[in-house]
Amino acid sequence: MSEEKTVALVTGASRGIGRAIAERLAGDGYRVVGTATTESGAAAITDYLQAGGFDGCGMTLDVADQAAVEDVVKGVSAQFGAPLVLVNNAGITRDNILMRMKPEEWQAVIDTNLSAVYRASKACLRGMTKARWGRIVNITSVVGAMGNAGQSNYAASKAGVEGFSRALARELGSRAITVNCVAPGFIDTDMTRALNEDQREAMLGQIPLARLGEASEIAALVGFLCGSHAGYITGETIHINGGMNMA
Amino acid sequence: MSSIEERVKKIVAEQLGVKEEEVQTEASFVEDLGADSLDTVELVMALEEEFETEIPDEEAEKITTVKLAIDYIKENLA
Repeated sequence: MSEEKTVALVTGASRGIGRAIAERLAGDGYRVVGTATTESGAAAITDYLQAGGFDGCGMTLDVADQAAVEDVVKGVSAQFGAPLVLVNNAGITRDNILMRMKPEEWQAVIDTNLSAVYRASKACLRGMTKARWGRIVNITSVVGAMGNAGQSNYAASKAGVEGFSRALARELGSRAITVNCVAPGFIDTDMTRALNEDQREAMLGQIPLARLGEASEIAALVGFLCGSHAGYITGETIHINGGMNMA
Repeated sequence: MSSIEERVKKIVAEQLGVKEEEVQTEASFVEDLGADSLDTVELVMALEEEFETEIPDEEAEKITTVKLAIDYIKENLA
C-alpha cells in the first residue's frame, strides 16, 4: 500500500449511523473497511468512500456468521493491514412484547447485536495486542440503559454489550487497547423516519433538546474515542441522546 | 540456524521481558517467569509466527512451560 494508515473496520456501514462513522473515520485519515450484509450494501460503501476521495472499501459480512467474521478480518489484514480500530455498529431490531416474542426474534437480536461483538472483537485482538494499541467502540443504545417496551431483546443485547465492554477494557488495558460504548438516543435515520407523526411528537416530547440527533454527531464522538486524545477513556459508555436520559 | 530450543527460549525472553538465562527449560511461564494470562496468549502467537504454524487453542492452553513449548514445536513441526 502507498502509505501507513491505521485500518478501521466498521460493521453495518452501508447507511445510517454506520455510514456516518465510516465517512468520519475515513475523513480523519483511517483506511476504512465497512461491512454490509448484502452485495449491494458493500458496493454502496465502496461508492461513497470513493466519492469522498477515500481509499477504503465495502465488504459483505453477516456478523452472525462466526467463520465469515474471521475470514473478513483475515482478508482485511492481508489486504490492508490488521484493523486496529473496530467499530461494532451492525445491529437489528425484532420488536415484540415479551409475551408474544418468538425464540427466533430473541435469538436473532442477541446473535447479531451481542454475540457478533464477541466475534469481531476476538478476531481483531491478535493484531491489536501485537501492535500494543487498539480501539474498540461499540454502538449501543439509550434503550440499554432505559429499557423500552417491546424491545426486551434489543435492550438486553445493548446492555450486554456494555457489560462486555467493561470486562474487555479490564482485560486489555495493559496493552493500551481501549474499549468503549457510544449509546445514541433517537437519531435521524431510516429507522426513525419510518415513525408516524404521533410517534414522532411523543418521542420529541421526551428530549430536552427537542430534536433528533444527527448521525454525524454520533460519528464525531466515535471519531474522538478512536483518536489519540481519548487514550485515557476505557470501559465507558458515553450517552448522546439530547438529554432524554441523563445518567 | 539455532536449535528449536534456542529459538523458543529467545522468544520467551522477548515476550515476557526476562533475560534469556532466566528462561530455564523447566520454567513455568506464569509461576517462574511472571506471565499473566494475556502474556501466555501472546507468547503462543509469537511462537506461531516464529515457526510459521498455527497452534489450536486447545493445544495452546496446555503449553504452560518452556519445555512444553519446545516439545510441542518439535512434535508438530519436525
